Amino acid sequence: MKRRDFFKKGLSAGIIAGTAITFGKYKNLFAANSLPPEDTFDLVAVKGGEPVQMFDKAIESLGGMKNFVKSGQKVLVKPNIGWDAVPERAADTNPSLVGRVVEYCFNAGAKDVYVFDNTCDQWNKCYKNSGIEKAVKDAGGKIVPGNRESYYQEVEIKEGKKLKKAKVHELVLDSDVFINVPILKSHSSTKLTIAMKNMMGVVWDRMYWHRNDLNQCIADCSTFCKPDLNIVDAYNVMKVNGPRGVSIDDVVQLKSLVVSKDIVAVDAAATKIFGLEPDDISYITIADEMNIGTKDLAKLNINRIIM
Amino acid sequence: MKFHTLKKLRVIISLLFFLLTAFLFLDFTNALSYKAVNTILFLQFVPSVLLFVNLLSYTAIGFLIVITLTLLFGRIYCSTICPLGTLQDIIIYLSKKLKINKRFTYQRTYNWLRYSILIVTVATFLFGNIVLINLLDPFSNFGRIFSNLIRPVYLFANNVLVSVLELFDSYYLYPVNLKTFVLFTFIFAFFFLIMIIWMAIRGGRIYCNTICPVGTLLGIISKISLFRISIDESTCNSCWACSLKCKAGCIHGGKIKIDYSRCVVCFDCFSSCKSNAVKFKFAFGRKKKPLPEKEPNNKRREFLITTGIFSLSLTGLAFGKNRIEGLKKTNIPDNKKYPVCPPGSLSIEHFTTTCTACHLCISACPTQVLKPSFLEYGLMGMMQPYMNYCKSFCNFDCVVCSEICPSGAILPISLEEKKLTQLGKVNFIKENCIVETEGTDCGACSEHCPTKAVYMVPYKDNLVIPEINQDICIGCGACEFACPTKPFKAIYIDGNPIHLKAKKPEKEILNGKIDYEEDFPF
Repeated sequence: MKRRDFFKKGLSAGIIAGTAITFGKYKNLFAANSLPPEDTFDLVAVKGGEPVQMFDKAIESLGGMKNFVKSGQKVLVKPNIGWDAVPERAADTNPSLVGRVVEYCFNAGAKDVYVFDNTCDQWNKCYKNSGIEKAVKDAGGKIVPGNRESYYQEVEIKEGKKLKKAKVHELVLDSDVFINVPILKSHSSTKLTIAMKNMMGVVWDRMYWHRNDLNQCIADCSTFCKPDLNIVDAYNVMKVNGPRGVSIDDVVQLKSLVVSKDIVAVDAAATKIFGLEPDDISYITIADEMNIGTKDLAKLNINRIIM
Repeated sequence: MKFHTLKKLRVIISLLFFLLTAFLFLDFTNALSYKAVNTILFLQFVPSVLLFVNLLSYTAIGFLIVITLTLLFGRIYCSTICPLGTLQDIIIYLSKKLKINKRFTYQRTYNWLRYSILIVTVATFLFGNIVLINLLDPFSNFGRIFSNLIRPVYLFANNVLVSVLELFDSYYLYPVNLKTFVLFTFIFAFFFLIMIIWMAIRGGRIYCNTICPVGTLLGIISKISLFRISIDESTCNSCWACSLKCKAGCIHGGKIKIDYSRCVVCFDCFSSCKSNAVKFKFAFGRKKKPLPEKEPNNKRREFLITTGIFSLSLTGLAFGKNRIEGLKKTNIPDNKKYPVCPPGSLSIEHFTTTCTACHLCISACPTQVLKPSFLEYGLMGMMQPYMNYCKSFCNFDCVVCSEICPSGAILPISLEEKKLTQLGKVNFIKENCIVETEGTDCGACSEHCPTKAVYMVPYKDNLVIPEINQDICIGCGACEFACPTKPFKAIYIDGNPIHLKAKKPEKEILNGKIDYEEDFPF
């Protein structure tokens, strides 16, 4: 290769890269989220079944996935895939549940279903060993990396008290429907991680939250990232040593599932299932005070299903 | 067999070794199993010697096979197996195609130089100093060139391709952020590559025949090899054609003589001979009648000076300071006394006296926690990898580096062993901690800790603050990586000069059986 050719090739590669980055940034920033019609239950809690069966019951009692996903829509499903751990360790959302959710989205007519997480451990190992990558692919969904800053676009969080700006994954901004599928786990500093805390996986700089009042930041983010549906996996639950866990001994089987549009309510209900009170969890109290949702379960119309 | 086929065979085998070895240093997907990696690198001379010294196992006898091959056929290691040799051949090939340099000529030997480099290298190694091997080993230099120079380009190309594919909504490939760039190693590898290119263009295999200790050693052995390239004096008309073709510069056309200590058995000379006088045949014990000498070609004086200075400066390094030095205390307030070396490397002493800094582990590490050192191990350990917890941490369920290390600097370790091997100990600086300084919850360190050597305990105002248990800490660095404080971390790992055994984390007895009859707690 002559020197001139080398420069030519280098330059064209640079242009391609630059273009790719530029185009990636301004995709459909202002896509309106279509709201599902009113349903009768504010929250559904199921226990006693396998993850997939419990979800079948829950979504049926909410009028089916068609209430949330419309034909031709682009859906983001956000599980917790934070750790490089096998499903039995319950550090990540149950893969069969994630696969089922993706399946339902397609059955409801979704055009594309994307799944990603900004993981704590090495991302590709988390995707693989959690079983979620396979479950998503088998269901026809797209599992997308979250390991590059250029995927994340800076947004202003107007209602945030501590978290005023954040870099949020473009899929959160792009998608028509956003389904949050966290797992209920113990957590070393916030006591529990459920639905609101799962939003830490859609931003780039989590450490900012840790530096700037973690609990307030968790609540702040939920003023911006508003999932259309929250599906809490409480089948296998890490009772101690969370969120990473040390071994399978940290896990008990609670065989439960909580589903709601209200991210605060779903956190409150899951907290009770774990054996704690919503008032014990700072970010739930803060979020309730900021009117992001309600922690007072007595005010809600709850469907309780025991299988 | 026709002698032309030998050259084709040599080219095919050498390209195979070259491409496979190069791939190992570029790949970021751990595409090949460790067994495949070990097989590909089995015959690499210096790593094999070091591995054999450490394991005393038949799995590390690659170098003995190379010596046997050399005794039989001469330095075929240099023309087929050594990736740096093939790299030079490729440069030579290109320089001919680009008409930069079309022919070589007989060169005088620099025996005093190459033998003294070999002797000093072996002697310093016997005294426990690996720095000359580290700097001169052809395999390790090849590794550094590919790991430090080509790999960033490879990753960049991958990332460009990823961006293009993503425009078409395809996530078949994934991006990788390079975390292991070190300027010093980059510059070293860069200048080494420039030197190799310059030497190869000027005079072919100068590096192999003047500097490389492996080349020199195998050269001595190949003087008595059974099969050799030989020139039939009865048919040779002293046309010098073979000599001009010889990239080792070892054929004297006038004297019809081949210097076997420099011949790399590339078989290039066969095709050049119009009178079919050059042959590859059984030649043990054959004595040559000396012919009257002609004046040798122009001496490359400038070359001599350059290599002289180069080797002198290397020899100077060998008498540097003590190997294991602490971190340079600049403005880092943490009290790190030792760097952390990877699991399986036993101790800093073992690691720094065995590692040739080929950087294969750096290329293979999934989390990119391994990084070339600058002065972390002291002057003598420059470029040897260390665990860098600023940008990453050691994956709990991973022993890739120990499986693929070709020299035995990182010895094989089982996953169970690794999970109880303490590379270093956690230290907590409460004064730096968010919980103390900001009065808000954080706990990032404890979140990431795989053994709960870092755990949270109640603190004032309903907060929780980290507490540490060094006994069960394995020194993976997850806490240090996760700690969000700036610029100095509140929690850090101080390396163990000798790796210790960590205690097993204690189990908590849980009772959390579901009561299916009972209603929901809300």
